[in-house]
Amino acid sequence: MGNKEPASINLLLEEYEALRLCDYDRFNHEQAAELMGVSRPTFTRIYASALEKIAESFVLGLRIIIEGGHIYFDSKWCYCNGCKSKFSNPSGKNEKMRCPLCGSLDVTCVKEDETNETLIFRCDDCGIIEEVTASEAISEHLCPQCRKPMKPELLAGCSSNKCI
Amino acid sequence: MKYAITSQGKSLEARIDSHFGRCKYIVIYDRETLGWEFIPNPFEQLDEGVGPMMVEMLHKKGISKVISGSFGIKIKELMDSKHMQMIIPQNDEITVSTVIEMIDNS
Repeated sequence: MGNKEPASINLLLEEYEALRLCDYDRFNHEQAAELMGVSRPTFTRIYASALEKIAESFVLGLRIIIEGGHIYFDSKWCYCNGCKSKFSNPSGKNEKMRCPLCGSLDVTCVKEDETNETLIFRCDDCGIIEEVTASEAISEHLCPQCRKPMKPELLAGCSSNKCI
Repeated sequence: MKYAITSQGKSLEARIDSHFGRCKYIVIYDRETLGWEFIPNPFEQLDEGVGPMMVEMLHKKGISKVISGSFGIKIKELMDSKHMQMIIPQNDEITVSTVIEMIDNS
């Protein structure tokens, strides 16, 4: 306690996702568990842990750092660097994609074999998309243009065998 | 190729609707004939399961690309299985006519 008390608390990405699905997207626990690919009891544990951490940060005035955890990203989405739209790749093939809206070939797709190492961050203001390798992914990833924090995109779930 | 665009109103100047299943209108745009038609959302009043019913309807109409401000999470798998592409423009306040213009110029 006292001086040794950490000034921040680490919210794992799966805990963030559990909160987002339940309290932001308003799914019930069963639906959220299914979407994250974990069992209902596992989901409840992740969610309870998220709530405990949030409560602790509120009461003790701690900074919340969202990073780490056992997660994977929904891989079949692509981002257009021209018109900044986001689109699915229903064929699932790692082919060269063209933006279906503006026709640009400057498109970033998350490839299947990179999903464990690459995270996509997106800036809400400028729509800039950046690929970051998991080892470089730090909690506060700033937009190269406006220097605002970027959000991790497309959290899809948590790999159940490794989950807490 | 046929596109479906969710719309908040029955006009090309209306904004795209940000809710796929609960949109007010669907604009069906045929890139070959350059024709379009407005369809009021037939499922708007239903309590649940609207998204999948909408996907089914659009699939039967031969739509291969769907543009909306957002989609429910369960829709992705369904659309993937029917080889329909989902497109989310960055700005969900753009009008239907802007989207059509972009498609024409692409």
